[in-house]
Amino acid sequence: MTSTGTFQPGVGAPEEKPAQVLRHSKTGSGPGSATWPVRILVIILCVLWMIPVVGLLINSFRTGDEQLASGWWTVFFSPFSTQWTIQNYVQVLTTDTAGVNMGVAFINSFVVTVPATVIPILIAAFAAYAFTFMEWRGRDIVFVVVVGLLVVPNQVALVPLLKLYNVVGLNGTFLAVWLAHIGFGMPLAVYILRNYMSGLPRAVIESAKIDGASHFTTFWRLIVPMSVPALASFAIFQFLWVWNDLLVALLFLGRGDNTILTVALQGLQGQTGAGRELIASAGFVTIIVPLIVFLSLQRFFIRGMTAGAVKG
Amino acid sequence: MGIKIANAVLAVIGGIGGAMILFWLLNKLAESLKGRWEDRVKPWMFAGPAILAIGVYLIYPAIQTFQFSFANEDSTAYVGFKNYQDLLTDSTFLLVLLNNLLWIIIVPAATVALGLGVAVLADRLRPKGEKISKTFIFLPMAISMVGAATIWRSIYEYKPAGTPQTGLLNAIFGLFDKGPFFWYSIDTLHFNSLLLMIIFLWTQVGYSMVLLSAAVKAVPEDTIEAGRIDGAGERRIFFSIVVPQIWPTVITVFITVLISVMKIFDIVYVTTNGAFNTDVVGRRFFDELFTQGNNGYASAIVVLLMIAVIPVLIYQVRHFRAEEAMR
Repeated sequence: MTSTGTFQPGVGAPEEKPAQVLRHSKTGSGPGSATWPVRILVIILCVLWMIPVVGLLINSFRTGDEQLASGWWTVFFSPFSTQWTIQNYVQVLTTDTAGVNMGVAFINSFVVTVPATVIPILIAAFAAYAFTFMEWRGRDIVFVVVVGLLVVPNQVALVPLLKLYNVVGLNGTFLAVWLAHIGFGMPLAVYILRNYMSGLPRAVIESAKIDGASHFTTFWRLIVPMSVPALASFAIFQFLWVWNDLLVALLFLGRGDNTILTVALQGLQGQTGAGRELIASAGFVTIIVPLIVFLSLQRFFIRGMTAGAVKG
Repeated sequence: MGIKIANAVLAVIGGIGGAMILFWLLNKLAESLKGRWEDRVKPWMFAGPAILAIGVYLIYPAIQTFQFSFANEDSTAYVGFKNYQDLLTDSTFLLVLLNNLLWIIIVPAATVALGLGVAVLADRLRPKGEKISKTFIFLPMAISMVGAATIWRSIYEYKPAGTPQTGLLNAIFGLFDKGPFFWYSIDTLHFNSLLLMIIFLWTQVGYSMVLLSAAVKAVPEDTIEAGRIDGAGERRIFFSIVVPQIWPTVITVFITVLISVMKIFDIVYVTTNGAFNTDVVGRRFFDELFTQGNNGYASAIVVLLMIAVIPVLIYQVRHFRAEEAMR
């Protein structure tokens, strides 16, 4: 998706806009104008939004028998007679349940996600520089193709890739997934970075040129340090996207030793007998890292979003 | 385990280091050229690796997929339009299309409406309350669809009658002596698809809220003041002054959600695996490709998906061009 038109991508996240300061808080809709019904409505919404997560969290600390015997909400009526336990987490992280060890999958998720996040950044930054600060034939056409590819679903590439990976024996390897995510993430990376770079002050780049700096030097000394917010935005997007991906991991990594959290958690869903009590804790193990990344780096994430990021 | 981590570290170092050396070499190569050639070649050296990645992983496979869609299941012989004919006359596939259509009609619009509603409400709180409430609503965006489906078990779970209900919804209905219901199996009026859409909405409304809230705050105060002086009520001000000014953002959110809904896969795969008439194009594609091993059908489904995406793609490119012209 392209930018909303209202914001210069990355140049000041919207929450920093001073517009709201100008609002007259008494005349209707500004900050602090909430009446009690509005406040209560927002509180209800927040509670509604959090209920499912709270349910998961509570169940993850209850024994299998208790999970079966009563709903998770009953602990609110008898918090002290509940047998709280961390056994589910211990078991899910250390043992094989239904052929899945979430501890191993946890490591695998990192092994998949970190290279798939870090490697495309440099490649995309160079490309974004070329699209922004260099004049060349075909530049605009190529970039329009990149923009178009933002909305193209990754599914278009999967049939031939699966076939190709089978032939060259890459199926089930980390390399297969890394390369796929680098390719699939590239249009978004180039787009975000180019959008950001074209908002940088031209005068700085011009003066570097006059001082005799080559493109290569300008890129490393000026553009990369100045683009850190945009690099961070993309990194968070890509990290969350790869960590949370199910389709690519299912196709190219499958359920073997290299399986990642999302695939492992999906595999646990069907458990009705043994292992059923572990679903909640496995779910929490799967979502905890993206939650931490998200909460601690929310500002960069929002900045990337307002730069108009969508991934097909 | 150690080998895996070492592998990943190696990949990061090798990937970054390799890319640095590659760009350095490409740059040297370009600089060794004489005069104008250096300026001509250098941009391609800078943009080349990215273009190559996109070409190898998106464009070339897309062309191949198009070819495969006219070939048999293991892509060894052409069969003309047979795959398309088979799919479009298969009643189960038509139901899949209908389901996707429902997702497309309901979810993007609902995401925009809910996100805008929450944004307008939360913006009226004091800054601290606004920040906290927005974080709560926004939080599920970080959660994978698999995670979300797991989380929603605490609401939708079904246990046979006579045993304690551990899903909140069945427990509530139980209070009124109704049920228990196996929610995911109720396909009357596509009720079960609606339940899946709610999970999806739960993860996406925060995104919509954050973008729309930022847009609402950027609406110039004097346009609102002018409306007020002319005697417009709050509602009138909102729909006649605020909404037109945030319209570009509304479109952005709508299209973003539209795209993700068109190719929706995870949520259906994890919850019902397409059973009970909840199947969608993304899951059927996976099924044909991976479970049935039918490249022809899988490719044809993707091509149909691509055709559906084309209007969005055209809009996207036009919108981008218009924006560039304004720079």
